[in-house]
Formats: sequence, C-alpha cells, structure tokens
Amino acid sequence: MRTLVGDERILMKHGAGGRAMRRLIEEVLTEGLAAGGRPGDRGLKAMDDGAALRVGDQWLVITTDSHVVHPLFFPGGDIGRLAISGTVNDLSMMGATEVLGLTCAIVIEEGFARADLVRVQQSMRATAHEAGAAIVTGDTKVMGRGELDGLVLNTTGVALTDRVVSDAALQPGDVLIVTGTIGDHGFAVMAARHGLALDGALQSDVAPLNDMIRRVLRAGGEGVVAMKDPTRGGVASSMHEMASKAQLSIVIDETAVPVTEQARAASELLGIDPLHVANEGKAVIGVRAAAADAVLQALHAHPLGRRAAIVGRCVEGRPSVVLDTGVGRRLLMEPEGEPLPRIC
Amino acid sequence: MCLGVPGRIVEVNGLVATVDFWGIRRQVRLELVDQPVAPGDYILNHVGYAIRRIPDADIEGTLALYEQLLREAESDGDLMVADVRGEIAAAEASRDER
Amino acid sequence: MSVDAAVRQLRFRDPAAARALAAALGRVTRDIGREPVSVMHVCGSHEQAIARFGLRAVFPKGLNVIMGPGCPVCITDVPEVDEAIALARQGVHIATYGDMLRVPGSSRSLADAHAEGGHIHVVYSIGQALDLARSTTGEVVFFATGFETTAVTTAAVVLGAVPPNFSVLSAHKYIPPVMEIVAEMPDTRVEGFLAAGHAAAITGWGIFEAFVNNHHSPVVVAGFEPLDILAGLVRLVELVRDKQPSVVNMFPRCVSRDGNLRAQEQLWRVFRPIGGRWRGIAHVPNGNLRLRDEWAHVDARRRFTIDLTSLWDDAPPTLAHQCICGDIMAGIKSPSDCTLFGSSCVPDMPVGACMVSTEGTCRIWHQYGSAS
Repeated sequence: MRTLVGDERILMKHGAGGRAMRRLIEEVLTEGLAAGGRPGDRGLKAMDDGAALRVGDQWLVITTDSHVVHPLFFPGGDIGRLAISGTVNDLSMMGATEVLGLTCAIVIEEGFARADLVRVQQSMRATAHEAGAAIVTGDTKVMGRGELDGLVLNTTGVALTDRVVSDAALQPGDVLIVTGTIGDHGFAVMAARHGLALDGALQSDVAPLNDMIRRVLRAGGEGVVAMKDPTRGGVASSMHEMASKAQLSIVIDETAVPVTEQARAASELLGIDPLHVANEGKAVIGVRAAAADAVLQALHAHPLGRRAAIVGRCVEGRPSVVLDTGVGRRLLMEPEGEPLPRIC
Repeated sequence: MCLGVPGRIVEVNGLVATVDFWGIRRQVRLELVDQPVAPGDYILNHVGYAIRRIPDADIEGTLALYEQLLREAESDGDLMVADVRGEIAAAEASRDER
Repeated sequence: MSVDAAVRQLRFRDPAAARALAAALGRVTRDIGREPVSVMHVCGSHEQAIARFGLRAVFPKGLNVIMGPGCPVCITDVPEVDEAIALARQGVHIATYGDMLRVPGSSRSLADAHAEGGHIHVVYSIGQALDLARSTTGEVVFFATGFETTAVTTAAVVLGAVPPNFSVLSAHKYIPPVMEIVAEMPDTRVEGFLAAGHAAAITGWGIFEAFVNNHHSPVVVAGFEPLDILAGLVRLVELVRDKQPSVVNMFPRCVSRDGNLRAQEQLWRVFRPIGGRWRGIAHVPNGNLRLRDEWAHVDARRRFTIDLTSLWDDAPPTLAHQCICGDIMAGIKSPSDCTLFGSSCVPDMPVGACMVSTEGTCRIWHQYGSAS
C-alpha cells in the first residue's frame, strides 16, 4: 500500500482544474450532496458552471467562485476584474446573460496595502459596469499576517433565463467554436508569476462575455447546444468534460486553433500546450452544424470575438478528445495539474 | 525556457544577448557559444544559454536535404511526392520574393 | 524580423512535406522486406516531439521507433532525488527544473517535500537559481539534472562568479555511454540510432564514429521539428536497408563534426564522468557527471552532510523488483508486457522510470494510448 504524501494531503494539482481536481470534487467535496436539492433543479449532479433552479417558468442560475490569482495585478487585468468576469461568464455559459446581481466577499491579509485594495475595488466596479451588472452585497474579513496570501475574493452571481444551456448536450455532427485566441491569460499570469522575463506583450484576456454571448444566443438560438468557459485546465479540460458528458469523441484541428504570436512563443519556450492553459475571456461553444455560420458571424461582429473559429467536430466514439496536428494525430490529454515547464 | 529553441539576436551586451523568439524577447547568456555573434544572427537557446550559432545558409541547407531525400525516395515515380515537391518549390519561390 | 523566424519554423512543420516524408518512410521500410524494423532514439525531446505532433500515427506499421533511455527525468535515480529532498528537509532552498518535481524518491517527491513545508523553487534556467541565492541569506542548492546539453550551462555557472550561499547537487548524465549499454544488451533488436541534435550541437557528430565501428549500427543525428524527425528516420532506415553502418548528420544547421569545443572544454573542466546507476537501467560506466575536486567548494555533496536515512523510515514496500523499465528502454519489452503498467504503476503513483516523466514510454502510452 503506497503511502505517498499525496494520499493524505491536498496538493496544488487539486486546484488546477484538471483530473486531480475533478476527482477531489467527486470523491470528497460533493460526496453525499448530490441527492439534496429540489427535483427538477440542475445542481451538483450536473457539475456544470453553475446551478439552475426552477422559478416559475424560468430558471434562476446561480454560480459562485473564489479567486486566488497571483500576482494580484497582472498584464491585462487584476484579481478584481477576474472575479467579476469569472462569475458573469459562468452565468453566461449557462445561457444566463442578464445578471440580476453579484456578491463579493473579501478576505484580506493584515498588512495589505489600502491603495491596492482601492485599485481592486475600482477594477471590480468598472468590470461590473461593463457587464451591466451590480455588486449588491458582500462581506469583509481580515486575517493575520502570514495566515493568508494577500487577498482572496469570492463572488456569487445570479441571473434569470428562459433556457439553460448546459455543457452536456453535444451530438455527433456538432461543431465546436472557440471565441478567440487561446492561452492568453494563463501565459500572461505564468510569465508574471515566475518572473519569466518574457519581454513581450503577453496580456490576459480577462473580460465579461455576457454581451457577446447574448448575441450568440440570438443568432444561433436552439442551435447553440453547449457552452463552457475554458478557465483552469484550458480548452482541453472543457473539451474532455463535454465529450465525457455527451459520451462522444471530439476531434480538434490544431492548425485551426487561434493563438497569438506571443502566446505561441510562450508555449514554445515553456513547452506548455496552449490548449492546457487558462482563458478568462473566451468560451467554447458547441453548435449544430447548421447554426455554425450564424454564430461565427455574430462573434466576428463583436470586439471580443474577432478571432473566433471552428476548431473541432463531434463524432461517434468512446469519450475522447483527438488532436489532428496537421502532421499527425494523437489523443489530447486531460491536464493532470498545474502546467509545469519542462526540462530538456 | 526549454529545449534548444532558435532565436534571433537583437542586441549584445558583453556576455548577455537580447534574443527575439517569435516576437518575445529574452535575455540569453553567451558563455558557451563558440562563435562571435552579432545582432541579426540566429542562435540555438537551451535553458537560457546560446549553445550554437545557426548560420542562415544552413536552414536552406537542411531544407535542401529533405528535398534530396524526397527525390531519392521518389524513384518509383510517386505522383503525390511530385505534387508535394511542387508545393515546396512554390513556397520557396514566394519566400524568395519577400 | 520575427515573421521571418515564424516562417522558418513553419517550414519544418509543413503538413504536405510531412505527408511526403511519411510516405517515403513507408516505402523504405517495406523495401527491407521483414517486420518489424526497430530503431531507437535516445532523447526525451525526440519522444516529446513525436508524441506532441502525433507522428506515431503516420509511422509505417512495420517500423518500431523505440524510445531509449533518453529522458533525463526518468533516469534520475532514487538516491539522487532523495539527496535533494533530504537537503530540503534540512532547511536548504532547492532550485530545480520543473519536471523533476514529481519524480518519486524512496518515499516522497520534491512536490511532496514542498507540501510539507520545504523550500522548493521551480526554475527555468540555472541563472534563476543564482538570482535566488543572491536574494536570500539561506543556502541555495541547484538540483542539476539533465544531460550534457544542460550540464554545459551548469559548468558555465560554476566557472563564473557564484554567491557564497550557492552550491550544486549534480545529477547530470552523459548519453553516449548508455548507447553502448543498449547496443551491448544481449537481446537487443535495435538496428539503428537516432541521435539527439541538441546534444550533438555540443559534442559534435564525430563522437559516434567509434560507436558505429564497434557496433555496426548506423547513427543519424536529427533535429526536433516534425520534418527533421521524419527525414532523419527516412535516412536511418535507408542506412539499415543498405546495411551501411555510418554516421549521417541530418541537422547540419546546428551540428558539426567537432561540435562546440568551447562548451566541451568548460564541461570537462568542471565535471568528471563516473559510473553510476541510471534509474531503471543498471550501472552505466561514465554515465554520471560529478563536480571535480577543485570545485568542492560549490559541491553540495561536500558542503553538506546529507542524511538520507530519515527518508527511509516510511518508505513503502518497493515494487521495483517487478519493474521492467530497463527492458522497455532497450526495446525488448513494451509497457503492455509489464504487470504493473496501468494498475500499480500510473502517472500519479509511478514505480519505474518510464512512467515518471512526460517523456517516458509508459507515461506516453498511458496517456495517449498505445496507438492513435
């Protein structure tokens, strides 16, 4: 019986959005809870970006997130913008683009600079405004120096929608669209966090997507069948979840995946696949083939969707994600934990 | 910062060069490279050190190598290979125009 | 201009050229008239590139491209990992390349040591370890792993100005001796070797001539782009077909006959080769690089008393005797022949070398499936 420390302790990989985290959630965190909740609601069993609770003939979508990004201020954004965008986007991925309200709970480490707190709050305010949403309540706590690393933000969002779009409804023949360039946020944060001295313009893409998704839903209607925001674990994780829930195989055309030159450079230098890297201003959208053009058009017309592209298609087969590299083919792995740069 | 990655030198300051990798610039150390390097040269970077200068001509030389391989392999008159060689030639022609 | 570089890069990944080379590879393999034809590469970066671009899906069925013991992470032995962990537990800052983090020692990995409060820092370059040493008063040890291509950078640092609180724990390895081991294994079926282009950029391709003469096995030096690998394999299989044991350099843009003499001089001024165990493969004469005596003052093994015994208290019963990584690396067995593969030996709880690293044969089979 192996007694490696990992069996008893939570490690960084458990928060990285990949397989280890999924297993922790399934085996420990949601253990015994899925049976709770009202019949007809879509809660923990669905393990989607949020929960959808039936209210009259509509759905109340609710989602919650904690944000612990480091550094707090990174090229292209900060923890405040990340918090608001993340929650607004989780709601949008469920089809709920009209946000009723947001909450914000803050835990602050003793010694944290007040000026930084002001910066974060201003950023949250601006981002919420961008999303047409308001922060309506919150909570504040302070912990002793060293008991917490700077700042932890938790945001919850609620929205109403007539139709819930899940991440589980793909069928063979459907196509998969990414709404723009992949890997921007993760590589920007990695560069800043590890002091990589990548003296290039790597910027996070963090942004609220509800306006863009609103137009997507208007253009594609019932043809929009699945949506996920590829945050931790990247597009690979999202594709794996969608393939697994729909019990089919997804084939990705690697040459069609939009990647900025800067992210491509970071990817080559670090040996980390952009498909494994977090995005905070992008969506993966599963669409019936007939609706794909309309959805693409709507995306291209929006400032956040200019580089949108069809990158994959669904085929019959055991749940898997296959990558066509242009020069060959392979399975795309589900990321294990934090992406780590390689030794050669 | 990884396996031998080619980059273009932008600036040299003693034993440190600023190198451009697909638009991103990094500092690379020059203690190991065995030829003098100057801005415009391509080098092979390995974990932060230039280990080799890559003469421009050698990139063409490598592609010519592949060309020859395909020529030799094509002796049974494989039409697809001929098509592909045409594509490579066209790509070279358009590159030469740049 | 950066566009230029991008253009050059993409020319080595051109799908049409790749298809043509794959077709050519199929033809020369069939020319040999028997199956399988087995060749080996000895570089984790080659396997990474093969796996990353999905090249095995386009290799001909009759060609066996085996990954040999060329993964620097995989062959770093248990006691070496334990040394780094023990130092961490003694309060020393350990700077390490990222993919050594999860390699299990006798009872835990550096990642585990970090979770237990050890100061483990992931670096991308030894230069960052120096920066760390300059920014702290504590002792900083650089866990120097990797083959000769990486060892030369450690050598350059040792020869330069080093802060007093900085030292090196050398676990560097030297590849050519292990090719001898593989070629001399009694059951070996390997008919030719693809040599690592970046290592050869340092050592030159001339060092393979003696090997080729002794073992009558062709060696082709190849780069790491898809076209480099496919073209290298076409050449290698041609040499096998024509029974021509010679060295061919298919990476002329980076590799010359003599290599980088300046880097070689620094390497051997700082390091001496000694025999030692490579994880999964028994003893490799001259396969390990250790700091020469004149660098004792920056040698972590001589600066510290490293207490490994505390790590053995909770060492789990070893499954190592069932591990067949050595046979896998020699191309005699495959992961599916191993009783532990996929059950007791999985990426989260690796037993042998081949499952430890993202470049290990078993790890790649486990994650990508044995065929695409």
